[in-house]
Amino acid sequence: MKLITAVIKPFRLDDVRNALAEVGVQGMTVTEVKGFGRQRGHTELYRGAEYVVDFLPKVKIEVAVVDDMVERAIEAIIDSAKTGKVGDGKIFVTDLGQVYRIRTGETGDEAI
Amino acid sequence: MTKNKNALVFCAAVAAGIAPGVVHAQALEDGSTAWLLTSTALVLFMTLPGLALFYGGLVRSRNVLSVLMQCFAICCVVSVLWFAFGYSLAFTDGGNAGMLGGLSKAWLAGVELDSVSGAIPETVFVMFQMTFAIITPALIVGGFAERMRFAAMLAFSVLWLLVVYLPVTHWVWGGGWLASIGFRDFAGGAVVHVNAGVAALVAALVLGNRTGFPATPMPPHSLPMTVMGASMLWVGWFGFNAGSALTAGGAAGMAMLVTHLAAASGSLAWTTMEWLKFGKPSVLGIVTGMVAGLGTITPAAGFVGPFGGFVIGLVAGVVCFWATQLIKRRLQIDDSLDVFPVHGVGGFTGLLLTAVFSSTALDGLGLGEATMLGQLGVQLIGAVATLVWCGVASYVILKLVNVALPLRVTREQENEGLDLVLHGERGYST
Repeated sequence: MKLITAVIKPFRLDDVRNALAEVGVQGMTVTEVKGFGRQRGHTELYRGAEYVVDFLPKVKIEVAVVDDMVERAIEAIIDSAKTGKVGDGKIFVTDLGQVYRIRTGETGDEAI
Repeated sequence: MTKNKNALVFCAAVAAGIAPGVVHAQALEDGSTAWLLTSTALVLFMTLPGLALFYGGLVRSRNVLSVLMQCFAICCVVSVLWFAFGYSLAFTDGGNAGMLGGLSKAWLAGVELDSVSGAIPETVFVMFQMTFAIITPALIVGGFAERMRFAAMLAFSVLWLLVVYLPVTHWVWGGGWLASIGFRDFAGGAVVHVNAGVAALVAALVLGNRTGFPATPMPPHSLPMTVMGASMLWVGWFGFNAGSALTAGGAAGMAMLVTHLAAASGSLAWTTMEWLKFGKPSVLGIVTGMVAGLGTITPAAGFVGPFGGFVIGLVAGVVCFWATQLIKRRLQIDDSLDVFPVHGVGGFTGLLLTAVFSSTALDGLGLGEATMLGQLGVQLIGAVATLVWCGVASYVILKLVNVALPLRVTREQENEGLDLVLHGERGYST
């Protein structure tokens, strides 16, 4: 089991959500976050006062998947989130120790 | 000629050294009364909620309530002071060479149901002028926003009204010494805008910059709120300037026309400057240009024609834009909401341009007996006198208040925000 954490451009969220659903992902957690990478921030100007805003709004998606779905899910995210410009985001994949479904007490692949 | 009859009556009154408030020869007119009742409401509307929202949007979210509260409290306190002695000290004869009025109308003694001032009931004149006395200290709030203690702010506002606003009003509109030398300030270029701008600058210098200025970003927390407030100011300004004709005739109509044109051309000029210099036309820029245009046309509103209004607005947009860059960026003085570069510089510029665009050769309503150069000298005397008196007195008042009531919140309180620390409330749920 893996936890896929993707940080993407907010306006791509609907596409990513649909692409993941198409490959069989049944649930996800979405958080509005801020951050910067190579894109860096942007500048704002108020009556000539310039402010550099380092942290840009992004959306973080967390998806838990069974091992044989990892490749397909990552491909789906890359295809749907990609604009080709800096700032498209990153995908982090981590091992999942255990998963529980609270309602039934199921664990492991069954709980995903 | 009928179009300008009231303007001419007014100009003649000013030229004769008689301020409009103390002309008693005219008969009561229903139309003028109705317009001045309306104007009074419009000018109050400029402060509440217009200016309060304009300023409220410009500060950070943790201080939004403090600014609204300051404007509201100033309105209430000044109203009571106006009733107690303010009106009397501004608009009666004090027998002291036109420096300050007397106390013969303290507690509004003698202001009865049928008292008349010019073409309107004296009650209406009292109320109309009260709204000017309210907005002027409220404008100063922009200079010390986000760091002044509420109690010290109240003490400062009370003393400032007494020592600066009332004398200057008397000089200009109460039959005082500036009125008698023919100084032209139709609706408050000196009384309201130079006064408020200079006091805000002095307050910013005495209190010191906000913690973190200029390194820390302090962007406006709600520009939509600021735009709403600015738009209310534009509308309210019709009461401010066209109401200052104190009649409902052609003078009021012309004042409204030139006021509107100056607001429009001021906005466009500022936006153009910004677009050229920074590459983007900003919303904050266009509304700031509007305020600059309006503040600058204020002294001239009853003396110039449409051409004058248009050009004065253009000049305001350019001059106030550069003044803002100079004060805030170059000199790094944290006049937080740019009161001095917009109102002080605008008002001062407008007072000088009044002499120029009053000329009939430039579409103005005439200079009376004066020459343009002579009038320019008089305007300079009035503007500088206001600037110096206000600057020195504001400094002394702030230093005195600071002895009894510290002017500034602590650094920690400033970081937490005045809303929570001073008022025990939050503007927004988190």
